[in-house]
Amino acid sequence: MSDSMKNTTLFGIVALLFVMTGLLQSWNASLSILNMALISAIMALGVNLQWGFAGLFNVGVMGFVALGGLAAVLVGSEPVPGAWSAGGRSILLALVLGAATIVAAVLAYSRMTPSRLRTLVVLGILVAGFFLYRGIFDAGVEAVEAINPAAQGNIGGLNWLAAARDSEVQRADLFILLAWPVGGLLAAGAAWVIGKTALGLRSDYLAIATLGIAEITIAVLKNEDWLARGVKNVIGLPRPVPYEVTLQNSSGFSETAIALGLDPTTASTLWVKLLYSGLFTAVLVVLLVLAQLALKSPWGRMMRAIRDNETAAEAMGKDVTARHLQIFILGSAVCGIAGAMMTTLDGQLTPGSYQPLRFTFLVWVMVIVGGSGNNFGSVLGAFLIWFLWVQVEPLGALLMDTITLGLEDGSDLKKHLLNSVAYMKFITMGLVLLLVLRFSPRGLIPEK
Amino acid sequence: MDFLNALVALSNFVLIPAVAYGSQLALGALGVTLIYGILRFSNFAHGDTMAFGTMLVVMITWLFQSWGISFGPLPTALLALPFGILGCMALVIGTDRVVYRFYREQKAKPVILVIVSMGVMFIMNGLVRFIIGPNDQRFADGERFIISVREFKQMTGLSEGLAIRTTQGITVVTAIIVVALLFWFLNKTRTGKSMRAYSDNEDLALLSGINPERVVLYTWLIVAALATVAGTLYGLDKTFKPFVFFQLLLPIFAAAIVGGLGSPLGAIAGGFVIAFSEVTITYAWKKVLKYLLPENLEPSSLVQLLSTDYKFAVSFAILVVVLLFKPTGLFKGKAV
Repeated sequence: MSDSMKNTTLFGIVALLFVMTGLLQSWNASLSILNMALISAIMALGVNLQWGFAGLFNVGVMGFVALGGLAAVLVGSEPVPGAWSAGGRSILLALVLGAATIVAAVLAYSRMTPSRLRTLVVLGILVAGFFLYRGIFDAGVEAVEAINPAAQGNIGGLNWLAAARDSEVQRADLFILLAWPVGGLLAAGAAWVIGKTALGLRSDYLAIATLGIAEITIAVLKNEDWLARGVKNVIGLPRPVPYEVTLQNSSGFSETAIALGLDPTTASTLWVKLLYSGLFTAVLVVLLVLAQLALKSPWGRMMRAIRDNETAAEAMGKDVTARHLQIFILGSAVCGIAGAMMTTLDGQLTPGSYQPLRFTFLVWVMVIVGGSGNNFGSVLGAFLIWFLWVQVEPLGALLMDTITLGLEDGSDLKKHLLNSVAYMKFITMGLVLLLVLRFSPRGLIPEK
Repeated sequence: MDFLNALVALSNFVLIPAVAYGSQLALGALGVTLIYGILRFSNFAHGDTMAFGTMLVVMITWLFQSWGISFGPLPTALLALPFGILGCMALVIGTDRVVYRFYREQKAKPVILVIVSMGVMFIMNGLVRFIIGPNDQRFADGERFIISVREFKQMTGLSEGLAIRTTQGITVVTAIIVVALLFWFLNKTRTGKSMRAYSDNEDLALLSGINPERVVLYTWLIVAALATVAGTLYGLDKTFKPFVFFQLLLPIFAAAIVGGLGSPLGAIAGGFVIAFSEVTITYAWKKVLKYLLPENLEPSSLVQLLSTDYKFAVSFAILVVVLLFKPTGLFKGKAV
């Protein structure tokens, strides 16, 4: 069987899984899984850029995804009246001052000759900068968080248009689509900072550094209430697609639905999900084409050459660290875009729900299982693994029901086993990863 | 008097907790650093190995408690500890046989082993949650305090109290015993010496007839023991919650890297560096400063540099500083 035949079959099998879910469970469930699978595929593309193309070990995917989510809030939500004049400006000023402090310290460190004076100057700049920053920052935060804390209390977003419209009818609002590239930019910025420090050192160090920055990003999202309300969550973000209620009330939609033999309520939920799928597929296709072009370009060959033998590539005059930084930023940006898309799909940002196993390590499983270094492989892996991740639970429940049939009803062991089904998916994912690594280390669709 | 009060407050809220936390981190980092030195990869499953060992200890403690066995004023968990260690050893050796050995024979790149350890982490994580659930479990019993605040105040007549919890005392004592044993083993016994030789130069060690499988076996056994002890001490001191052990991975790795990966002494130093920085930077210094400063200078705010929610940021910041200025760590570690 030729490669393309095999790959088509693999994609066909995955498609069949989704169709089966549609037929056996419901199309609504199938589309929900599909939408998240599309987003996961974009995350997997990002990780594949870093790992598959360049061999960079990024275990901070969660952080970049969360930054994308933050962008969705900062761009997509309505501005909070008065927040900007109350404290927003001082917060911004404080952040700029904080950045300036670090830049000044770095400049002082690099420009002055090594001496005790240099240490004193650098420390002086850092300490003075820190107190200045905290002084301005704390006042600003207090002012912002005092504004209508029950519903807002954060600096709000940039979506003036939504604020200007009457809020009686919920409409689709394409403005939030702007958040997707912005999410990419935010993630790219964070990636630049990490890359500058940790790239060029040993590969393990990059791993630990990204792990750390991801935890810190989540901590910031959880605790900085002025930014995105922290654990109070931002809900009700505008949607780029129509609302179900609006659809059901429009006579044209209901008539079409009935003509197709569908219940208008079901039809509206399906239609909304389909629209999301369309948007996500468009982004995925664009990114996939770009990734494919990059892989086949001289740039892509250079990346793989660096990955396979850094020393040789360096001897050929390639700037290994700079190229690594480049691809690290690109891959993280892709993860950021996916994060913004996910928050758009959810319509809310809940920092408490970001778990490293789900957002970092699962994406890694997708890339490894699909085939690292192959863009189509990553996409396939993402669809397959996400499907498993969601469906293992009902399957596990079924399995447990069968196993515990012989046990007495209401016995503690039976209760415990049935309650623990939710954790089966961790074990399954670990097993899948280990089995693939052992028996098919190049993944389902290997790199050519 | 004020100075003494300040000193007591400082010990109570900063020094004692930091010493206890530092000992726990040091034990964890020793495990990571040994794996790195001998097997040459960063073991991402270490946090979950700790969780697994601790889970066994928790369950055996419950069993003992139900049998009515107790350890007097000391926590029953100490009696359960050896059994937990044995269970954890069995798991870790099993994992090595089933999973890691294959890659060792293939001479796979370290980064592949890191990814493999990610898979192991998933499974262990799932196992622990499957068996004991994701919630907090309390298993500390026995006397709660060595010195309680009230006793201390009566004893000294100071207005600040000092409390030393039993778990903190046990942590430090156990850590000292374990570290002493470990260093004795590494420096004095034949197996320990062969482990160090293997870590320093694999080829040379093989040439001189050291059996690599034996070295690896002993390494895993020691790592399992260290992980279980570290996890149990942490669980006794705080609480046992599976997710927390995963989060400990960052400070533990930070400690191992700050000290120099592969250097046992460095791991201990790193653990204390990280612990002391975390505690001092996230502590609200008002209580101490109010004794030291004249009344009119008394701070109005809490004088907390960073909220405790950002304690990860501290280990991260130290890690970055060390990476930038001394990539091999405080004690010359390996740089592969």
